[in-house]
Amino acid sequence: MPDLSHLRADFPILHQQVSGHPLVYLDSAASSQKPRQVIDALVRYYERDNANVHRGLHELSNRATAQFEAVRTQVARFLGAESPDEIIFTRGTTEGVNLIAQVWANHFLRAGDVILTTGMEHHSNLVPWQIAASRCGAVVKYVPVLDDGTLDLDAMQALMAEGDVKLLSCVHVSNSLGTINPVADICAWARARGIVTLVDGAQSVGHMPVDVRAIGADFYVFSGHKLCAPTGIGVLYGRRQLLATLPPWHGGGEMIDSVTLEGSTFKDAPARFEAGTPDIAGVIGLGAAMDYLETIGIDIIHQHGRELIHATMEKLSEVRGLRVLGPPLPAERATLAAFTIDGTHPHDLVEYANTKGIALRGGHHCTQPLMRRFQVPGTSRASFYFYNTHQEVDRLVEVLHQAVKFFS
Amino acid sequence: MAPSDDLLALYQQVILDHSRHPRNQGKLEGTGCLHARGHNPACGDEVDVWIQVGPQGQVEDIKFEGQGCAISQASASLMTLKLQGTSLDTARALLADFHALLSGQGQVQHEDALGELRALEGVQKFPQRLRCATLASKAVEQLLAASPAQHAIQEHPGSPSAL
Repeated sequence: MPDLSHLRADFPILHQQVSGHPLVYLDSAASSQKPRQVIDALVRYYERDNANVHRGLHELSNRATAQFEAVRTQVARFLGAESPDEIIFTRGTTEGVNLIAQVWANHFLRAGDVILTTGMEHHSNLVPWQIAASRCGAVVKYVPVLDDGTLDLDAMQALMAEGDVKLLSCVHVSNSLGTINPVADICAWARARGIVTLVDGAQSVGHMPVDVRAIGADFYVFSGHKLCAPTGIGVLYGRRQLLATLPPWHGGGEMIDSVTLEGSTFKDAPARFEAGTPDIAGVIGLGAAMDYLETIGIDIIHQHGRELIHATMEKLSEVRGLRVLGPPLPAERATLAAFTIDGTHPHDLVEYANTKGIALRGGHHCTQPLMRRFQVPGTSRASFYFYNTHQEVDRLVEVLHQAVKFFS
Repeated sequence: MAPSDDLLALYQQVILDHSRHPRNQGKLEGTGCLHARGHNPACGDEVDVWIQVGPQGQVEDIKFEGQGCAISQASASLMTLKLQGTSLDTARALLADFHALLSGQGQVQHEDALGELRALEGVQKFPQRLRCATLASKAVEQLLAASPAQHAIQEHPGSPSAL
Protein backbone atom coordinates (compact mmCIF):
# COMPACT_ATOMS: atom_id res chain seq x y z
CA MET A 1 0.00 0.00 0.00
CA PRO A 2 1.58 3.30 -0.99
CA ASP A 3 1.72 5.56 2.06
CA LEU A 4 0.67 9.00 0.86
CA SER A 5 -0.18 10.47 4.26
CA HIS A 6 2.76 12.90 4.02
CA LEU A 7 0.86 14.63 1.18
CA ARG A 8 -1.78 15.81 3.65
CA ALA A 9 0.68 18.51 4.66
CA ASP A 10 0.13 20.04 1.19
CA PHE A 11 -3.59 20.58 1.89
CA PRO A 12 -4.14 23.46 4.30
CA ILE A 13 -7.90 22.85 4.45
CA LEU A 14 -7.56 19.34 5.85
CA HIS A 15 -6.01 20.61 9.07
CA GLN A 16 -9.03 21.96 10.85
CA GLN A 17 -11.65 20.96 13.37
CA VAL A 18 -15.29 20.57 12.41
CA SER A 19 -17.88 20.28 15.16
CA GLY A 20 -14.97 19.93 17.60
CA HIS A 21 -13.44 16.95 15.76
CA PRO A 22 -10.62 16.70 13.23
CA LEU A 23 -12.11 17.09 9.75
CA VAL A 24 -12.50 13.82 7.84
CA TYR A 25 -13.24 14.89 4.28
CA LEU A 26 -14.98 12.08 2.40
CA ASP A 27 -16.69 14.05 -0.35
CA SER A 28 -14.00 14.25 -3.03
CA ALA A 29 -16.31 12.79 -5.68
CA ALA A 30 -18.28 16.03 -5.34
CA SER A 31 -15.17 18.20 -5.26
CA SER A 32 -11.57 17.53 -4.32
CA GLN A 33 -9.47 19.68 -2.03
CA LYS A 34 -6.64 21.84 -3.37
CA PRO A 35 -2.97 21.54 -2.49
CA ARG A 36 -0.84 24.53 -1.61
CA GLN A 37 0.93 24.12 -5.00
CA VAL A 38 -2.30 24.87 -6.88
CA ILE A 39 -3.30 27.74 -4.61
CA ASP A 40 0.20 29.22 -4.99
CA ALA A 41 -0.01 28.96 -8.80
CA LEU A 42 -3.21 31.02 -8.75
CA VAL A 43 -1.67 33.65 -6.47
CA ARG A 44 1.51 33.76 -8.56
CA TYR A 45 -0.49 34.27 -11.74
CA TYR A 46 -2.57 37.09 -10.29
CA GLU A 47 0.41 38.73 -8.58
CA ARG A 48 2.85 38.52 -11.49
CA ASP A 49 1.40 37.54 -14.86
CA ASN A 50 -2.28 38.52 -15.01
CA ALA A 51 -3.33 39.77 -18.47
CA ASN A 52 -5.64 38.71 -21.25
CA VAL A 53 -4.43 35.95 -23.51
CA HIS A 54 -3.90 35.83 -27.27
CA ARG A 55 -4.34 39.56 -27.83
CA GLY A 56 -1.65 41.70 -26.28
CA LEU A 57 1.83 42.12 -27.54
CA HIS A 58 3.03 43.23 -24.16
CA GLU A 59 5.11 41.20 -21.73
CA LEU A 60 2.34 40.22 -19.32
CA SER A 61 0.01 39.07 -22.07
CA ASN A 62 2.82 37.07 -23.62
CA ARG A 63 3.51 35.38 -20.29
CA ALA A 64 -0.15 34.64 -19.64
CA THR A 65 -0.61 33.28 -23.17
CA ALA A 66 2.48 31.09 -22.94
CA GLN A 67 1.35 29.56 -19.63
CA PHE A 68 -2.22 29.14 -20.85
CA GLU A 69 -1.23 27.34 -24.04
CA ALA A 70 1.40 25.27 -22.22
CA VAL A 71 -1.41 23.79 -20.15
CA ARG A 72 -3.29 22.83 -23.31
CA THR A 73 -0.24 20.85 -24.40
CA GLN A 74 0.06 19.39 -20.92
CA VAL A 75 -3.60 18.26 -20.90
CA ALA A 76 -3.17 16.68 -24.34
CA ARG A 77 -0.24 14.67 -23.02
CA PHE A 78 -2.07 13.85 -19.74
CA LEU A 79 -5.00 12.38 -21.73
CA GLY A 80 -2.96 10.78 -24.49
CA ALA A 81 -4.53 13.04 -27.14
CA GLU A 82 -2.88 13.32 -30.53
CA SER A 83 -2.66 17.10 -30.50
CA PRO A 84 -3.26 20.13 -28.23
CA ASP A 85 -5.77 21.28 -30.87
CA GLU A 86 -8.04 18.52 -29.56
CA ILE A 87 -8.25 20.14 -26.12
CA ILE A 88 -11.05 22.65 -25.60
CA PHE A 89 -11.27 24.43 -22.27
CA THR A 90 -14.76 24.53 -20.76
CA ARG A 91 -16.28 25.39 -17.41
CA GLY A 92 -16.54 21.72 -16.53
CA THR A 93 -17.99 18.35 -17.46
CA THR A 94 -21.51 19.72 -17.73
CA GLU A 95 -20.49 22.39 -20.21
CA GLY A 96 -18.51 19.88 -22.26
CA VAL A 97 -21.54 17.60 -22.63
CA ASN A 98 -23.80 20.53 -23.42
CA LEU A 99 -21.41 21.83 -26.05
CA ILE A 100 -21.59 18.54 -27.96
CA ALA A 101 -25.31 18.09 -27.27
CA GLN A 102 -25.90 21.46 -28.89
CA VAL A 103 -23.26 21.83 -31.60
CA TRP A 104 -23.02 18.22 -32.75
CA ALA A 105 -26.70 17.46 -32.27
CA ASN A 106 -27.89 20.63 -34.03
CA HIS A 107 -25.70 19.80 -36.98
CA PHE A 108 -26.07 16.04 -37.31
CA LEU A 109 -29.15 14.84 -35.43
CA ARG A 110 -32.41 14.26 -37.34
CA ALA A 111 -35.93 13.22 -36.39
CA GLY A 112 -36.05 9.51 -35.60
CA ASP A 113 -32.34 9.27 -34.77
CA VAL A 114 -31.42 7.63 -31.48
CA ILE A 115 -29.06 8.89 -28.81
CA LEU A 116 -27.99 6.00 -26.63
CA THR A 117 -26.98 6.60 -23.04
CA THR A 118 -27.33 4.59 -19.84
CA GLY A 119 -29.40 4.33 -16.69
CA MET A 120 -26.45 5.24 -14.46
CA GLU A 121 -25.69 8.67 -15.90
CA HIS A 122 -25.34 11.85 -13.89
CA HIS A 123 -28.11 14.30 -14.79
CA SER A 124 -25.47 16.30 -16.69
CA ASN A 125 -25.13 13.44 -19.17
CA LEU A 126 -28.89 12.87 -19.42
CA VAL A 127 -30.70 16.18 -19.53
CA PRO A 128 -28.62 17.76 -22.36
CA TRP A 129 -29.50 14.77 -24.60
CA GLN A 130 -33.17 14.94 -23.67
CA ILE A 131 -33.16 18.62 -24.62
CA ALA A 132 -31.25 17.98 -27.86
CA ALA A 133 -33.58 15.12 -28.82
CA SER A 134 -36.74 17.07 -28.10
CA ARG A 135 -35.55 19.87 -30.39
CA CYS A 136 -35.38 17.71 -33.50
CA GLY A 137 -37.65 14.75 -32.79
CA ALA A 138 -34.83 12.34 -31.99
CA VAL A 139 -35.16 9.69 -29.28
CA VAL A 140 -33.04 9.01 -26.19
CA LYS A 141 -32.69 5.35 -25.23
CA TYR A 142 -31.09 4.01 -22.08
CA VAL A 143 -28.96 0.94 -21.48
CA PRO A 144 -30.34 -0.79 -18.35
CA VAL A 145 -28.31 -1.19 -15.17
CA LEU A 146 -28.07 -4.70 -13.72
CA ASP A 147 -28.59 -5.54 -10.05
CA ASP A 148 -24.83 -5.63 -9.40
CA GLY A 149 -24.50 -2.05 -10.62
CA THR A 150 -22.93 -2.87 -13.97
CA LEU A 151 -24.33 -2.05 -17.39
CA ASP A 152 -26.32 -4.61 -19.33
CA LEU A 153 -23.75 -4.79 -22.09
CA ASP A 154 -25.76 -7.34 -24.10
CA ALA A 155 -28.69 -4.93 -24.14
CA MET A 156 -26.30 -2.14 -25.11
CA GLN A 157 -25.04 -4.07 -28.14
CA ALA A 158 -28.57 -5.04 -29.10
CA LEU A 159 -29.65 -1.39 -28.97
CA MET A 160 -26.67 -0.39 -31.09
CA ALA A 161 -27.59 -3.09 -33.60
CA GLU A 162 -31.06 -1.61 -34.09
CA GLY A 163 -29.41 0.81 -36.45
CA ASP A 164 -30.70 4.29 -35.65
CA VAL A 165 -28.15 5.12 -32.96
CA LYS A 166 -26.11 8.16 -34.00
CA LEU A 167 -24.35 8.93 -30.73
CA LEU A 168 -23.57 7.02 -27.58
CA SER A 169 -22.80 8.87 -24.37
CA CYS A 170 -21.63 6.89 -21.38
CA VAL A 171 -20.04 7.54 -18.01
CA HIS A 172 -16.57 6.10 -17.41
CA VAL A 173 -16.96 5.80 -13.62
CA SER A 174 -20.37 6.03 -11.95
CA ASN A 175 -20.53 8.66 -9.21
CA SER A 176 -23.28 6.71 -7.41
CA LEU A 177 -22.28 3.08 -7.93
CA GLY A 178 -18.51 3.23 -8.23
CA THR A 179 -18.82 1.05 -11.34
CA ILE A 180 -15.94 1.31 -13.82
CA ASN A 181 -17.46 0.82 -17.26
CA PRO A 182 -15.49 -0.97 -20.02
CA VAL A 183 -15.47 2.17 -22.14
CA ALA A 184 -12.79 0.93 -24.56
CA ASP A 185 -15.00 -2.04 -25.51
CA ILE A 186 -18.07 0.17 -25.67
CA CYS A 187 -16.35 2.70 -27.94
CA ALA A 188 -15.05 -0.12 -30.18
CA TRP A 189 -18.57 -1.53 -30.62
CA ALA A 190 -19.85 1.95 -31.40
CA ARG A 191 -17.06 2.73 -33.83
CA ALA A 192 -17.74 -0.48 -35.75
CA ARG A 193 -21.25 0.83 -36.38
CA GLY A 194 -20.26 4.41 -37.13
CA ILE A 195 -21.72 5.69 -33.86
CA VAL A 196 -20.10 8.80 -32.39
CA THR A 197 -19.03 8.39 -28.74
CA LEU A 198 -18.77 10.69 -25.76
CA VAL A 199 -17.36 9.51 -22.44
CA ASP A 200 -18.02 11.36 -19.18
CA GLY A 201 -14.74 11.25 -17.29
CA ALA A 202 -15.74 13.36 -14.29
CA GLN A 203 -14.87 10.59 -11.80
CA SER A 204 -12.00 8.96 -13.66
CA VAL A 205 -9.45 11.56 -14.74
CA GLY A 206 -6.89 12.11 -11.98
CA HIS A 207 -7.98 8.92 -10.19
CA MET A 208 -6.85 6.30 -12.68
CA PRO A 209 -4.82 6.25 -15.89
CA VAL A 210 -6.93 7.64 -18.75
CA ASP A 211 -5.80 7.48 -22.37
CA VAL A 212 -8.41 8.80 -24.76
CA ARG A 213 -6.86 7.16 -27.79
CA ALA A 214 -6.62 3.77 -26.07
CA ILE A 215 -10.28 4.18 -25.07
CA GLY A 216 -11.13 5.28 -28.58
CA ALA A 217 -13.67 7.92 -27.58
CA ASP A 218 -14.58 10.66 -30.04
CA PHE A 219 -15.27 13.05 -27.18
CA TYR A 220 -14.12 12.83 -23.57
CA VAL A 221 -15.07 15.39 -20.90
CA PHE A 222 -14.00 16.11 -17.34
CA SER A 223 -13.88 18.80 -14.64
CA GLY A 224 -10.73 20.17 -13.10
CA HIS A 225 -12.11 20.62 -9.61
CA LYS A 226 -12.35 16.88 -8.99
CA LEU A 227 -8.59 16.51 -9.52
CA CYS A 228 -7.23 19.26 -7.28
CA ALA A 229 -7.74 22.13 -9.78
CA PRO A 230 -10.01 25.13 -9.13
CA THR A 231 -13.75 25.05 -9.80
CA GLY A 232 -14.93 26.53 -13.09
CA ILE A 233 -12.42 24.88 -15.37
CA GLY A 234 -12.91 21.72 -17.39
CA VAL A 235 -11.86 20.04 -20.60
CA LEU A 236 -13.57 18.71 -23.68
CA TYR A 237 -11.34 16.43 -25.69
CA GLY A 238 -12.54 16.00 -29.26
CA ARG A 239 -10.97 13.88 -31.98
CA ARG A 240 -9.49 16.33 -34.46
CA GLN A 241 -11.21 14.99 -37.56
CA LEU A 242 -14.56 15.23 -35.84
CA LEU A 243 -14.03 18.71 -34.39
CA ALA A 244 -13.25 19.91 -37.91
CA THR A 245 -16.79 19.01 -39.00
CA LEU A 246 -18.50 21.04 -36.29
CA PRO A 247 -19.83 24.59 -36.57
CA PRO A 248 -19.04 27.10 -33.79
CA TRP A 249 -20.92 27.19 -30.51
CA HIS A 250 -20.85 30.62 -28.85
CA GLY A 251 -19.98 33.56 -31.05
CA GLY A 252 -17.66 36.29 -29.83
CA GLY A 253 -14.08 37.34 -29.57
CA GLU A 254 -11.25 34.85 -29.90
CA MET A 255 -13.18 32.39 -32.08
CA ILE A 256 -13.32 34.47 -35.27
CA ASP A 257 -11.08 34.59 -38.28
CA SER A 258 -12.53 37.78 -39.76
CA VAL A 259 -15.67 39.78 -39.07
CA THR A 260 -17.53 42.06 -41.47
CA LEU A 261 -20.99 43.52 -41.14
CA GLU A 262 -22.11 41.05 -43.77
CA GLY A 263 -20.85 38.01 -41.88
CA SER A 264 -17.94 36.29 -40.20
CA THR A 265 -15.56 33.42 -40.64
CA PHE A 266 -14.24 31.34 -37.80
CA LYS A 267 -11.03 29.86 -36.54
CA ASP A 268 -10.47 26.13 -36.36
CA ALA A 269 -10.68 24.16 -33.12
CA PRO A 270 -9.94 24.71 -30.32
CA ALA A 271 -10.35 28.50 -30.66
CA ARG A 272 -13.60 27.99 -32.60
CA PHE A 273 -15.21 26.71 -29.40
CA GLU A 274 -13.64 29.14 -26.93
CA ALA A 275 -15.40 32.48 -27.47
CA GLY A 276 -14.60 35.24 -25.02
CA THR A 277 -11.91 35.61 -22.38
CA PRO A 278 -11.30 32.16 -20.92
CA ASP A 279 -10.75 31.21 -17.29
CA ILE A 280 -7.02 31.86 -17.54
CA ALA A 281 -6.30 31.43 -13.85
CA GLY A 282 -8.37 28.25 -13.84
CA VAL A 283 -6.37 26.82 -16.71
CA ILE A 284 -3.11 27.67 -14.97
CA GLY A 285 -4.48 26.08 -11.79
CA LEU A 286 -5.39 22.97 -13.79
CA GLY A 287 -1.83 22.81 -15.08
CA ALA A 288 -0.47 23.06 -11.54
CA ALA A 289 -2.88 20.33 -10.39
CA MET A 290 -1.79 17.97 -13.18
CA ASP A 291 1.86 18.68 -12.35
CA TYR A 292 1.11 17.84 -8.74
CA LEU A 293 -0.67 14.57 -9.60
CA GLU A 294 2.05 13.49 -12.02
CA THR A 295 4.69 14.11 -9.39
CA ILE A 296 2.87 11.63 -7.14
CA GLY A 297 2.12 9.34 -10.08
CA ILE A 298 -1.35 8.49 -11.37
CA ASP A 299 -0.57 4.79 -10.98
CA ILE A 300 0.30 5.31 -7.31
CA ILE A 301 -2.89 7.33 -6.76
CA HIS A 302 -4.88 4.58 -8.48
CA GLN A 303 -3.28 1.85 -6.39
CA HIS A 304 -3.85 3.80 -3.16
CA GLY A 305 -7.50 4.30 -4.07
CA ARG A 306 -8.06 0.63 -4.85
CA GLU A 307 -6.67 -0.46 -1.52
CA LEU A 308 -8.60 2.18 0.39
CA ILE A 309 -11.94 1.26 -1.20
CA HIS A 310 -11.24 -2.44 -0.69
CA ALA A 311 -10.70 -1.86 3.05
CA THR A 312 -13.76 0.39 3.15
CA MET A 313 -16.01 -2.18 1.52
CA GLU A 314 -14.88 -4.89 3.96
CA LYS A 315 -15.42 -2.70 7.00
CA LEU A 316 -18.77 -1.33 5.83
CA SER A 317 -20.07 -4.90 5.58
CA GLU A 318 -19.80 -5.09 9.39
CA VAL A 319 -22.29 -2.24 9.92
CA ARG A 320 -25.77 -3.51 10.77
CA GLY A 321 -28.33 -3.00 7.99
CA LEU A 322 -25.84 -1.37 5.64
CA ARG A 323 -26.03 -2.11 1.92
CA VAL A 324 -23.54 -0.71 -0.59
CA LEU A 325 -24.84 0.02 -4.09
CA GLY A 326 -22.78 -1.09 -7.05
CA PRO A 327 -20.37 -3.93 -7.74
CA PRO A 328 -19.55 -6.08 -4.69
CA LEU A 329 -15.99 -7.19 -3.91
CA PRO A 330 -13.83 -8.46 -5.43
CA ALA A 331 -14.93 -6.48 -8.49
CA GLU A 332 -12.96 -3.41 -9.46
CA ARG A 333 -14.56 -0.32 -7.98
CA ALA A 334 -13.84 3.36 -8.01
CA THR A 335 -12.86 4.97 -4.71
CA LEU A 336 -16.35 5.67 -3.51
CA ALA A 337 -19.09 3.79 -1.71
CA ALA A 338 -22.71 4.89 -1.70
CA PHE A 339 -24.85 2.98 0.75
CA THR A 340 -28.16 2.75 2.55
CA ILE A 341 -28.73 1.77 6.17
CA ASP A 342 -32.04 0.18 7.16
CA GLY A 343 -34.16 2.55 9.20
CA THR A 344 -31.82 5.51 8.83
CA HIS A 345 -32.39 8.12 6.16
CA PRO A 346 -29.26 9.39 4.34
CA HIS A 347 -29.81 12.97 5.45
CA ASP A 348 -30.03 12.02 9.10
CA LEU A 349 -26.91 9.93 8.75
CA VAL A 350 -24.96 12.68 6.99
CA GLU A 351 -26.11 15.14 9.66
CA TYR A 352 -24.94 12.80 12.37
CA ALA A 353 -21.57 12.29 10.68
CA ASN A 354 -21.15 16.04 10.29
CA THR A 355 -21.41 16.51 14.05
CA LYS A 356 -18.44 14.13 14.28
CA GLY A 357 -16.39 16.12 11.77
CA ILE A 358 -17.01 13.73 8.86
CA ALA A 359 -18.04 15.21 5.50
CA LEU A 360 -20.27 12.78 3.59
CA ARG A 361 -22.72 13.39 0.80
CA GLY A 362 -26.34 12.36 1.18
CA GLY A 363 -29.12 12.36 -1.39
CA HIS A 364 -29.67 11.32 -4.97
CA HIS A 365 -26.22 12.45 -6.22
CA CYS A 366 -27.81 13.87 -9.39
CA THR A 367 -28.76 10.35 -10.49
CA GLN A 368 -32.49 10.26 -9.78
CA PRO A 369 -33.32 7.57 -12.41
CA LEU A 370 -30.69 5.34 -10.82
CA MET A 371 -32.16 5.85 -7.34
CA ARG A 372 -35.55 4.80 -8.75
CA ARG A 373 -33.92 1.80 -10.42
CA PHE A 374 -32.63 0.60 -7.04
CA GLN A 375 -35.79 1.74 -5.22
CA VAL A 376 -33.99 3.93 -2.72
CA PRO A 377 -34.87 7.55 -1.94
CA GLY A 378 -31.19 8.35 -1.85
CA THR A 379 -27.93 7.11 -0.41
CA SER A 380 -25.10 8.27 1.81
CA ARG A 381 -21.80 8.40 -0.01
CA ALA A 382 -18.21 8.31 1.19
CA SER A 383 -15.72 9.16 -1.54
CA PHE A 384 -11.96 9.19 -1.24
CA TYR A 385 -8.87 10.67 -2.79
CA PHE A 386 -5.19 10.06 -2.26
CA TYR A 387 -5.11 12.34 0.81
CA ASN A 388 -7.50 10.06 2.69
CA THR A 389 -6.12 7.46 5.09
CA HIS A 390 -7.04 4.09 6.57
CA GLN A 391 -7.47 5.83 9.91
CA GLU A 392 -10.20 7.94 8.33
CA VAL A 393 -11.95 4.83 7.05
CA ASP A 394 -11.84 3.41 10.60
CA ARG A 395 -13.25 6.66 11.97
CA LEU A 396 -16.08 6.57 9.42
CA VAL A 397 -17.03 3.02 10.33
CA GLU A 398 -16.89 3.83 14.05
CA VAL A 399 -19.26 6.76 13.57
CA LEU A 400 -21.60 4.70 11.37
CA HIS A 401 -21.90 2.14 14.18
CA GLN A 402 -22.77 4.97 16.57
CA ALA A 403 -25.32 6.41 14.15
CA VAL A 404 -27.07 3.07 13.72
CA LYS A 405 -27.38 2.83 17.49
CA PHE A 406 -28.64 6.42 17.74
CA PHE A 407 -31.36 6.20 15.08
CA SER A 408 -32.62 2.63 15.56
CA MET B 1 -18.48 9.09 22.29
CA ALA B 2 -21.83 10.69 23.15
CA PRO B 3 -23.74 12.63 20.52
CA SER B 4 -23.24 16.39 20.71
CA ASP B 5 -25.70 18.73 22.40
CA ASP B 6 -26.77 20.26 19.08
CA LEU B 7 -27.45 16.83 17.69
CA LEU B 8 -29.50 15.88 20.73
CA ALA B 9 -31.42 19.14 20.38
CA LEU B 10 -32.15 18.37 16.73
CA TYR B 11 -33.04 14.73 17.28
CA GLN B 12 -35.00 14.98 20.52
CA GLN B 13 -36.46 11.77 21.84
CA VAL B 14 -39.95 12.77 20.74
CA ILE B 15 -38.69 13.27 17.16
CA LEU B 16 -36.92 9.93 17.05
CA ASP B 17 -40.04 8.32 18.50
CA HIS B 18 -42.33 9.85 15.86
CA SER B 19 -39.94 9.02 13.03
CA ARG B 20 -39.83 5.38 14.12
CA HIS B 21 -43.55 5.19 14.89
CA PRO B 22 -45.40 7.84 12.88
CA ARG B 23 -48.94 8.62 14.04
CA ASN B 24 -51.91 9.17 11.73
CA GLN B 25 -50.31 7.37 8.84
CA GLY B 26 -52.57 6.57 5.93
CA LYS B 27 -54.80 8.04 3.30
CA LEU B 28 -58.22 9.71 3.40
CA GLU B 29 -60.66 9.59 0.54
CA GLY B 30 -64.09 10.96 -0.12
CA THR B 31 -65.82 14.20 -0.86
CA GLY B 32 -64.73 17.25 1.05
CA CYS B 33 -61.36 15.70 1.58
CA LEU B 34 -58.45 18.06 0.99
CA HIS B 35 -55.04 16.98 -0.16
CA ALA B 36 -51.69 18.73 0.16
CA ARG B 37 -48.38 17.50 -1.19
CA GLY B 38 -44.94 18.57 -0.12
CA HIS B 39 -41.86 17.68 -2.14
CA ASN B 40 -38.29 18.75 -1.66
CA PRO B 41 -36.50 18.29 -4.99
CA ALA B 42 -33.15 18.86 -3.31
CA CYS B 43 -33.39 15.68 -1.25
CA GLY B 44 -36.38 13.82 -2.68
CA ASP B 45 -38.40 13.90 0.54
CA GLU B 46 -42.14 13.62 -0.04
CA VAL B 47 -45.19 13.92 2.10
CA ASP B 48 -48.89 13.75 1.27
CA VAL B 49 -51.41 15.08 3.79
CA TRP B 50 -55.17 14.51 3.65
CA ILE B 51 -57.63 16.55 5.70
CA GLN B 52 -61.28 15.72 6.13
CA VAL B 53 -63.06 18.98 6.87
CA GLY B 54 -66.01 18.56 9.25
CA PRO B 55 -69.41 20.27 9.19
CA GLN B 56 -68.22 23.11 11.45
CA GLY B 57 -65.20 23.80 9.23
CA GLN B 58 -62.89 21.92 11.55
CA VAL B 59 -60.19 19.31 10.91
CA GLU B 60 -62.31 16.23 11.42
CA ASP B 61 -59.61 13.81 10.40
CA ILE B 62 -56.06 14.16 9.17
CA LYS B 63 -53.65 11.56 7.83
CA PHE B 64 -50.32 11.54 6.06
CA GLU B 65 -48.03 9.34 4.03
CA GLY B 66 -44.49 10.06 3.05
CA GLN B 67 -40.90 9.08 2.88
CA GLY B 68 -37.91 11.03 3.94
CA CYS B 69 -35.62 11.87 6.81
CA ALA B 70 -36.49 11.56 10.49
CA ILE B 71 -37.07 15.31 10.73
CA SER B 72 -39.56 15.59 7.86
CA GLN B 73 -41.54 12.51 8.85
CA ALA B 74 -41.62 13.26 12.60
CA SER B 75 -42.71 16.81 11.85
CA ALA B 76 -45.58 15.56 9.69
CA SER B 77 -46.63 13.10 12.38
CA LEU B 78 -46.52 15.71 15.16
CA MET B 79 -48.43 18.19 13.01
CA THR B 80 -51.29 15.78 12.39
CA LEU B 81 -51.68 15.25 16.14
CA LYS B 82 -51.69 18.99 16.73
CA LEU B 83 -54.20 19.86 13.99
CA GLN B 84 -56.63 17.02 14.68
CA GLY B 85 -59.94 18.57 15.73
CA THR B 86 -58.93 22.21 15.46
CA SER B 87 -60.83 24.79 13.42
CA LEU B 88 -59.21 25.76 10.15
CA ASP B 89 -58.53 29.23 11.53
CA THR B 90 -56.76 27.75 14.53
CA ALA B 91 -54.83 25.45 12.22
CA ARG B 92 -53.65 28.44 10.18
CA ALA B 93 -52.55 30.28 13.31
CA LEU B 94 -50.71 27.24 14.67
CA LEU B 95 -48.83 26.72 11.43
CA ALA B 96 -47.90 30.41 11.20
CA ASP B 97 -46.53 30.24 14.76
CA PHE B 98 -44.70 26.98 14.01
CA HIS B 99 -43.00 28.51 10.97
CA ALA B 100 -42.12 31.69 12.84
CA LEU B 101 -40.59 29.67 15.66
CA LEU B 102 -38.45 27.47 13.39
CA SER B 103 -37.29 30.19 11.02
CA GLY B 104 -36.72 32.80 13.73
CA GLN B 105 -38.62 35.23 11.51
CA GLY B 106 -41.89 36.88 12.50
CA GLN B 107 -43.80 36.90 15.75
CA VAL B 108 -44.75 33.73 17.57
CA GLN B 109 -48.18 34.49 19.05
CA HIS B 110 -48.87 31.43 21.18
CA GLU B 111 -45.77 29.34 21.58
CA ASP B 112 -47.28 27.17 24.31
CA ALA B 113 -50.09 26.15 22.01
CA LEU B 114 -47.57 24.44 19.74
CA GLY B 115 -46.98 21.75 22.34
CA GLU B 116 -44.75 18.92 21.13
CA LEU B 117 -44.18 20.65 17.78
CA ARG B 118 -41.73 22.80 19.72
CA ALA B 119 -39.40 19.80 19.68
CA LEU B 120 -38.53 20.83 16.10
CA GLU B 121 -37.07 24.10 17.39
CA GLY B 122 -33.60 22.47 17.26
CA VAL B 123 -33.45 23.00 13.49
CA GLN B 124 -32.65 26.66 14.16
CA LYS B 125 -29.01 25.56 14.45
CA PHE B 126 -29.28 23.48 11.26
CA PRO B 127 -30.68 25.95 8.71
CA GLN B 128 -30.32 23.45 5.85
CA ARG B 129 -32.84 21.23 7.64
CA LEU B 130 -35.56 23.90 7.90
CA ARG B 131 -37.17 22.65 4.71
CA CYS B 132 -37.28 19.12 6.11
CA ALA B 133 -38.92 20.30 9.33
CA THR B 134 -41.58 22.31 7.48
CA LEU B 135 -42.16 20.07 4.45
CA ALA B 136 -45.62 18.90 5.56
CA SER B 137 -46.62 22.05 7.43
CA LYS B 138 -45.80 24.41 4.55
CA ALA B 139 -47.83 22.26 2.18
CA VAL B 140 -50.83 22.36 4.54
CA GLU B 141 -50.39 26.09 5.15
CA GLN B 142 -50.54 26.72 1.41
CA LEU B 143 -53.58 24.52 1.07
CA LEU B 144 -55.44 26.30 3.86
CA ALA B 145 -54.46 29.72 2.53
CA ALA B 146 -56.57 28.94 -0.54
CA SER B 147 -59.71 28.99 1.61
CA PRO B 148 -60.09 25.23 1.39
CA ALA B 149 -63.54 24.76 2.87
CA GLN B 150 -65.10 26.84 0.10
CA HIS B 151 -62.81 25.24 -2.42
CA ALA B 152 -64.06 21.82 -1.43
CA ILE B 153 -67.70 22.87 -1.80
CA GLN B 154 -67.11 24.23 -5.26
CA GLU B 155 -65.41 21.07 -6.30
CA HIS B 156 -68.27 18.93 -5.11
CA PRO B 157 -71.47 20.99 -5.49
CA GLY B 158 -74.51 19.49 -3.87
CA SER B 159 -72.52 17.06 -1.83
CA PRO B 160 -73.93 17.02 1.69
CA SER B 161 -70.68 15.84 3.18
CA ALA B 162 -68.69 18.75 1.74
CA LEU B 163 -69.80 21.02 4.54
